Amino acid sequence: MAKLLGKLHEEKVFKDPVHRYIHVRDELIWRLIGTREFQRLRRIRQLGTTYLTFHGAEHSRFSHSLGVYEITRRIIDIFQEKKTWDPEKRLLVLSAALLHDVGHGPFSHSFEKVFGVDHEEFSRDIILGDTEVHRVLLQMGEDFPVQVAEVIAKTHRDKLIVSLISSQIDADRMDYLLRDAYFTGVSYGNFDIERILRVMRPTEEGVVIKSSGMHAVEDYIMSRYQMYWQVYFHPVTRSAEVILSKILHRAKELYETGYTFKRELSHFKTLFDGNVSLHDYISLDEGVIHYYFQGWMEEEDSILSDLCHRFIDRKLFKYTEMVSFTDGHLLSSYFTEAGINPKYYLVVDSSSDLPYDFYRPGEKEERLPINLLKPNGDIRELSRESDVVEAISGKRRTDHKLYYPLDLIEAIEDKTLKSKIKEILNR
Amino acid sequence: MFEDHLKVVTLIQEAGEVVGRKKLQKMVYIAKKLNFPFQEKYQFHFYGPYSEELTLKIEELCNMGYIHEVKEKVSGYSQYRYAVNEEGQQLLSTYGAEIEKLGSCVRSMNEQSSRFLELVSTVMYFEKLDKDEIKEKVQTVKAKQKYTEEEMDEAFNYIDSLKGQVQ
Repeated sequence: MAKLLGKLHEEKVFKDPVHRYIHVRDELIWRLIGTREFQRLRRIRQLGTTYLTFHGAEHSRFSHSLGVYEITRRIIDIFQEKKTWDPEKRLLVLSAALLHDVGHGPFSHSFEKVFGVDHEEFSRDIILGDTEVHRVLLQMGEDFPVQVAEVIAKTHRDKLIVSLISSQIDADRMDYLLRDAYFTGVSYGNFDIERILRVMRPTEEGVVIKSSGMHAVEDYIMSRYQMYWQVYFHPVTRSAEVILSKILHRAKELYETGYTFKRELSHFKTLFDGNVSLHDYISLDEGVIHYYFQGWMEEEDSILSDLCHRFIDRKLFKYTEMVSFTDGHLLSSYFTEAGINPKYYLVVDSSSDLPYDFYRPGEKEERLPINLLKPNGDIRELSRESDVVEAISGKRRTDHKLYYPLDLIEAIEDKTLKSKIKEILNR
Repeated sequence: MFEDHLKVVTLIQEAGEVVGRKKLQKMVYIAKKLNFPFQEKYQFHFYGPYSEELTLKIEELCNMGYIHEVKEKVSGYSQYRYAVNEEGQQLLSTYGAEIEKLGSCVRSMNEQSSRFLELVSTVMYFEKLDKDEIKEKVQTVKAKQKYTEEEMDEAFNYIDSLKGQVQ
């Protein structure tokens, strides 16, 4: 592969609160960081609405992407001496690590659900389309952008380089656990990353861990488990996410029924029409979304206006454990009777996580296991060696909540109706 | 508020019984690709398109008592069977709505092997590529499955026939 972009004359460094320094020695990486598509990630929060629960969670996808790049760079430095590592793959993996989230939009989760867009497809489009990122990657060879896109999409033939960025112990997860713990201020997400990096070994089928590093991996798995339930699935964050989704649903519905918005919908029009272009997508960031939400607070439509007030002013929905299907329908009809539209004000939200999954012979699960390399060269799956990991392996934990606006329920004048609603919600 | 759950119950009801989690995952994915109104988000995992949201929804339906899940041991590994139970039937008769043309597609898919549906869903996942590129892609990402040229042609024909049914 002809490398048209070589080393920088001088190493560049970024100060980083998690890794202290992020080192850039390659012109390719430096130029990718400077593209408008990558710079856009500065304006997209890594944890979406989590800042409404943990006020420190203001960090961006930009800093996370640099962190994933830095961890990958350090892994490759360790792999350089190993026979099973192909040094020709270095820039391919580093580019994929840096760009793995480049297709994320603002509040991705809600946008994807409401508008049917997929950040992974946009990552591919940004890498292969008419973009600054694509033009930089092309300088490494005609085929280079396609290869980067395939590594990110997990469809590249080289399982080892895919596993560095997407597996149960990868650079992406290691960075987001440490970074999200740091910025949210919780003490759960920490683990000994230095130790894990030192015991990673490359094989054709992916990364394996020297068995002497098993306890560091146990700590990593437990950190992940705790972060999911303490931070990522926090019910208050989910309440904000529910409201955000409903705002987008309402605005889309109004647009489809010919409602005249006070503010021109230039950024949203193609999204509502279902034909969003790459250019329009790249122009979206959280600043743009907040600008619209502020404007929609003044709209005539009382539902859109109310939901935007709730989001901007953090007047979130309350929640209870999910009710039965029958009670749900009963609640819907009571809400309608009270003049509260259940489509926007009665929402079920579910979260689920499988902290670690192992390989079951004959049954194909969706995750590759973490394998340990024994001193005699044997490979053993992690949960067969670790009692701690075995205890949580394959055990999915789920949480289902029903969200509702308590203030609107309290304001219902019909006392009988109000008590019927509260009786179901308090069951 | 449970509309998307109802669609999953409807699909299982149309199938009668679905044997295997992977099969159910692929059936919903293929139905979604055929523009039936399923909302579950899918991602490409090592073994093809997979939806965490669907897994969660099925678990909820089992917990709510509308879907019956049976775990059985088959030559050393676990296999799951799914069917709509009596409460689920009642639910469908009260709140369910027919999804036009879904039944024949679902019953046809249910007659196929899980291995074949894995191939069909993978081919559909790469539908933006041209036919030869798709074949090459399948051989790369599914190397261990060792799909033959005939099986791949069969998958393409099968997709065409499903598309014909929904038109």
